[in-house]
Amino acid sequence: MKLDDALWGALLALVGGVILWHVQAFPRIPGQNVGPALFPGIVAAALVVCGAVLIASGVRARRRAAGRGRWIELPAWLGSRPHAIAFAALVAVNVFYLVAVDRLGFVVTSFVCLAALMAALRVRVPVALAVALVMTLAIHWAFYKLLRVPLPWGVLQGIAW
Amino acid sequence: MSPAWAEAFRLVFDPYNIVVMFAASLFGLFVGAVPGLTATMATALLVPVTFFMAPIPAIAAIVTATAMAIFSGDIPGCLLRMPGTPASAAYTDEAYAMTKKGLAETALGAGLVFSAVGGLFGTAVLMVSAPALAEFALKFSSFEYFWLVLMGLTCAVFISTDRPLKGLVTLFLGLLIAGVGLNNPAAFPRFTFGNTDLLGGIGLIPLMIGMFAVSEIIRYAVSDDGEALIVDRPIGNVFKGMWALAVKYPKQILRGSALGTLIGALPGAGADIAAWMSYAMSKKLSKEPEKFGTGHVEGIVESGSANNSALAGAWIPALVFGIPGDSITAIVIGVLYMKNMNPGPTLFTTNPQNIYSVYLLFIVANLLMLPLGWLCIKVAKRILKVPRDILMPVILMFCIVGAFAINNSAFDVLVMLVAGVVAWILEENGFPIAPLILGVVLGGMLEENFVSSMIKSNGDPLAFLARPIAATLGALTIAVWFWPLVRRRLARRATSAP
Repeated sequence: MKLDDALWGALLALVGGVILWHVQAFPRIPGQNVGPALFPGIVAAALVVCGAVLIASGVRARRRAAGRGRWIELPAWLGSRPHAIAFAALVAVNVFYLVAVDRLGFVVTSFVCLAALMAALRVRVPVALAVALVMTLAIHWAFYKLLRVPLPWGVLQGIAW
Repeated sequence: MSPAWAEAFRLVFDPYNIVVMFAASLFGLFVGAVPGLTATMATALLVPVTFFMAPIPAIAAIVTATAMAIFSGDIPGCLLRMPGTPASAAYTDEAYAMTKKGLAETALGAGLVFSAVGGLFGTAVLMVSAPALAEFALKFSSFEYFWLVLMGLTCAVFISTDRPLKGLVTLFLGLLIAGVGLNNPAAFPRFTFGNTDLLGGIGLIPLMIGMFAVSEIIRYAVSDDGEALIVDRPIGNVFKGMWALAVKYPKQILRGSALGTLIGALPGAGADIAAWMSYAMSKKLSKEPEKFGTGHVEGIVESGSANNSALAGAWIPALVFGIPGDSITAIVIGVLYMKNMNPGPTLFTTNPQNIYSVYLLFIVANLLMLPLGWLCIKVAKRILKVPRDILMPVILMFCIVGAFAINNSAFDVLVMLVAGVVAWILEENGFPIAPLILGVVLGGMLEENFVSSMIKSNGDPLAFLARPIAATLGALTIAVWFWPLVRRRLARRATSAP
């Protein structure tokens, strides 16, 4: 997704402004002129300035293009079904992992995530299932057994190996 | 031999370490050879694994994997016209043109041999300059460090990006991200909004995995480069004729290696920019510039050595000042802190064997590159046939588990995902990511030195320029800031007064 520079400028100036306002509430240190608000305050102010310059240059560029440029340019891949599906699946898989891993456990969650994502990328289903199973077990072995990362077992707690 | 060197040899040639280096080599060669996977991504993926190793094997894994990846990025460039890593992009067309002329062996051989030569050159510079700089840096106070960090960040914005304004924006975003949590001179929880996960700040490693690995996976998912056609012809002896090339182009090799080391040492600019600049320089100074682009090996010799020497060059400021020379060393600095090898001049005096080990690792890695790189070229066709539709989901799962493994925290997985999406959107809109990473890595150091300098000087800004070295660094930094304005004015004057 591409935004016009002027929109980016406005967004960044807004972020900088909110931060500037937020840091005013930080405590001051008695007897000292530098507190926790100073440094982020300077950076946020600089961000506001950058935002303003971006707005100006964006507006200038639009004038030069006689207003032909679009404010928001949707990416070409949104119109292409396979790409849109791949993107949606990618985000969905991550969110699913976060929500499900504690309850279902790593092995089940990872298998589902891998198989689903590969299917979304149009890998043939039997291949996707086989690779998902093998890679899940391999990753689990490497991280759980070798590196001792406490990956959750979830529903497989009873048969934990 | 001093006891520290003896100890370094023992650490590096320890059987465990050698096994790690071999494994990391194969990993690096593979990652580099697959288009879409970068050397930085290799490093980010390695961190969760190195987390469980002793310091020297951990560094060994990163040094070897990155050196190999930067070389093997040349392979798909040569055979598919697709650079394996951005560092090979500068001469991909040239290498592919050579392949079409039937000179694939020479192109790959030049990439391999002169990568190793460049890497060794960069290592030599690292060995000579880092201790000297460290001795110099021992005299630095917070004022000098403040300017040094500021100069590093400035370089990252002005040298490594074509639009400094957008680089500045991402730098500021990085500095703000670095400000999250309790780690500030006043130990006041900033921008945490009552969330305990944010008290310790935003984890550098999950952030890096997101920005360098997840964003690449997203880019792959929405892009169109399908499996390309591989040049189907057996590849002969790649070492044939290399000596003749070395005799024919000694100046180019030296120039490429020197420029590469320098660009590497400048914060924010790494192997990819070194390769572009050195390819351009090679063409400009060549006796036969008209041959460039038609399958001429000269540019590959020069920029092939430049991108590998940049890798070693980037370690100079990273080890001496804790200021990363490229995005790989930005991750390395995080690893050094985790391993209690805090970068800085004292690293050279208190534990010299660790520094000597780093030198040795670079030498061994670059020598190991010759046989293993040769092997990689032999099996290249098979690597290039690995279906990326299967590879990418597996890498994503590695990212997730890796981000989780650092702190066993699901929050870090969320950080990784958000960072990946944000980095992808920013890059789509022309905002460079390198300044952001540098901002995150150096934000704490910049603020700490700024605040302690302010306290020492009672808020007097002139004190920042009172010491001679600080004044020099300050003047240089400010000069870089205003250089674009001056240049524009000069250019305008030149056009208005013909």
